[in-house]
Amino acid sequence: MLASVASAVLQGIDGHHVRVEVHVAGGLPAFTVVGLPDASCRESRDRVRAAVLSAGFRFPPERVTVNLAPTNLRKHGPVLDLPIALALLVASGQLDHESVAGAAFLGELGLDGSVRRIVGALPLAEVLADRPLVVPLDDLDEVRLVVPAARGAASLRALVESLRGTSPWPEPDPEPRRGRVTAGPGWSPDLADVHGHPIGRLAVEVAAAGGHHLLLVGPPGAGKTMLAERLPGILPDLSESQALEVARVRSAAGAEVGPGEHPRGLHRRPPFRSPHHTASVVALVGGGSRVLRPGEISLATGGVLFLDELGEFPAAHLDALRQPLESGVVDVVRAAVSARLPARFLLVGATNPCPCGFAPAPRCRCGPAQLQRYSRRLSGPVLDRFDLRVRLDSPDPASLFGGQGGAESSAGVQRRVAAARERATSRGVPANRALRGAALETHAPLTDEAVRLLRDRLGRGRLTVRGSQRLRAVALTLLDLSGAEAPIGADDLLVAECLRAQDALPGGPA
Amino acid sequence: MVAYDSARLGRHGEDRVARWYEERGYRVLERNWRCDLGELDLILARGDDVVVCEVKTRSTTRFGHPLEAVGPDKQRRLRALAARWREGAPFRPNSLRIDVAAVLGGRITVVEHAC
Repeated sequence: MLASVASAVLQGIDGHHVRVEVHVAGGLPAFTVVGLPDASCRESRDRVRAAVLSAGFRFPPERVTVNLAPTNLRKHGPVLDLPIALALLVASGQLDHESVAGAAFLGELGLDGSVRRIVGALPLAEVLADRPLVVPLDDLDEVRLVVPAARGAASLRALVESLRGTSPWPEPDPEPRRGRVTAGPGWSPDLADVHGHPIGRLAVEVAAAGGHHLLLVGPPGAGKTMLAERLPGILPDLSESQALEVARVRSAAGAEVGPGEHPRGLHRRPPFRSPHHTASVVALVGGGSRVLRPGEISLATGGVLFLDELGEFPAAHLDALRQPLESGVVDVVRAAVSARLPARFLLVGATNPCPCGFAPAPRCRCGPAQLQRYSRRLSGPVLDRFDLRVRLDSPDPASLFGGQGGAESSAGVQRRVAAARERATSRGVPANRALRGAALETHAPLTDEAVRLLRDRLGRGRLTVRGSQRLRAVALTLLDLSGAEAPIGADDLLVAECLRAQDALPGGPA
Repeated sequence: MVAYDSARLGRHGEDRVARWYEERGYRVLERNWRCDLGELDLILARGDDVVVCEVKTRSTTRFGHPLEAVGPDKQRRLRALAARWREGAPFRPNSLRIDVAAVLGGRITVVEHAC
């Protein structure tokens, strides 16, 4: 008469336990779902009914009440179809209580009784890892990354037979399915393709090593996008916990999760996201009125967020990035739901120096008013987040056709980056950008000459106090990359200053 | 022919349900009581306790279980019909209950207090 099974629903990128209770009792036939289901969840009734009949079971001509506990948590989506159907079979005496006792189920049902893929299988499975778990067969590879003992179900009928022990549990097709043979979230082209651009290459390397946000300014076709796309390729592999976080976000966003490069392993390459400038704030930051979906900044966590044509992004969108850039998380709050999503990404912006794209003067056709308006598009606080600002001109033609094997490959650069990151880890931070105040004094001491240089810049108003700290952090990253030891000399600061050039900014003198 | 068959099937079902109630000490007050709102299949009484019964008869479940044919609209109509019958009742019932009876392949299912 009464049966209940365990399941879970997604909120943001986290799974939450849900107990599905089904009560079947005398009365005129009715099928009601209570416990704060939203419209998509209430539709389960019709799918479950059709699936139960298609699978060859009886739908009880009685009063069926489904309760989804806890009743204060809003449930959405079709993931509870399968647990509702199983509890219904138990409550109507068509399946032994013992065969589902203690187990948890996740899955959407088709009208034909098939069990379909769900969104967020990985984070949902994580909260149910402490018990026997059954998920859609198509999600089993993904779920086994976190719950190796999970079972798969292809259809309601077959699942019931497996639960009764009359047929074996199905295993996923060992051949990768069509459309799933992807390069993964972090595939990146090689730096060896980039000829010329010594400053650009250095900037990309420093950005990767120190976690410094990077702004590339240059005319169209100079190679800004080309360089940015190669940045994830020189970042070190993600750690287990970072890879898991990336997988969690991707799963909750309905994207391909894995297994990754290693058999039965997570994708270890850092993600690269480049949303177009017409993206909405919600698409960038995450949100939605009822169902919270992770945005681009969360999908870029652990990797690179590339904003091409930075000046074309509405100011409100860029300002929305400021808080996540500082804290590494974004709290998305709506009237009905709220969630904390990760947002630790390396920001790379690209922009033209002026509306026509070809500043400075001889080639530039823009008037002074146009230039001024263009420079105002990027607010001071946003520009201040970029530790590295580099002017990228079309490369010297000689370097383009210089011959064979001129440019270093990503693999070589990656080794230096990994070594630099290790040094940062020994200082207690993931990358030098995170060094602040006292930690900077300890780990980035200056020579007397360097102190004099900083005093001079501060005194002439060419640097803010915060700017001087960023400069020190970048200089420390330069030392790390060359394998040298602190203290930081004046030369190092001058190189860092070149990489943080004020005059590279759009609308400024170039 | 079809209409005739289904009418005969319905009448047969009502006979069976009437007998089911009689075996339990009820007497039939009315069969197919009509008014401008519609029709009540069976009105039964045991002492002063009155039962209004809607009978649904099916030979197969091809179009669903007979009980499922009594949806919210039909339930509302049954309540209105029962109230209308009570207005002109020959005596004042002690209680009035609405049941729905299903006859499916010779099996009778009665849902008491259906609405």
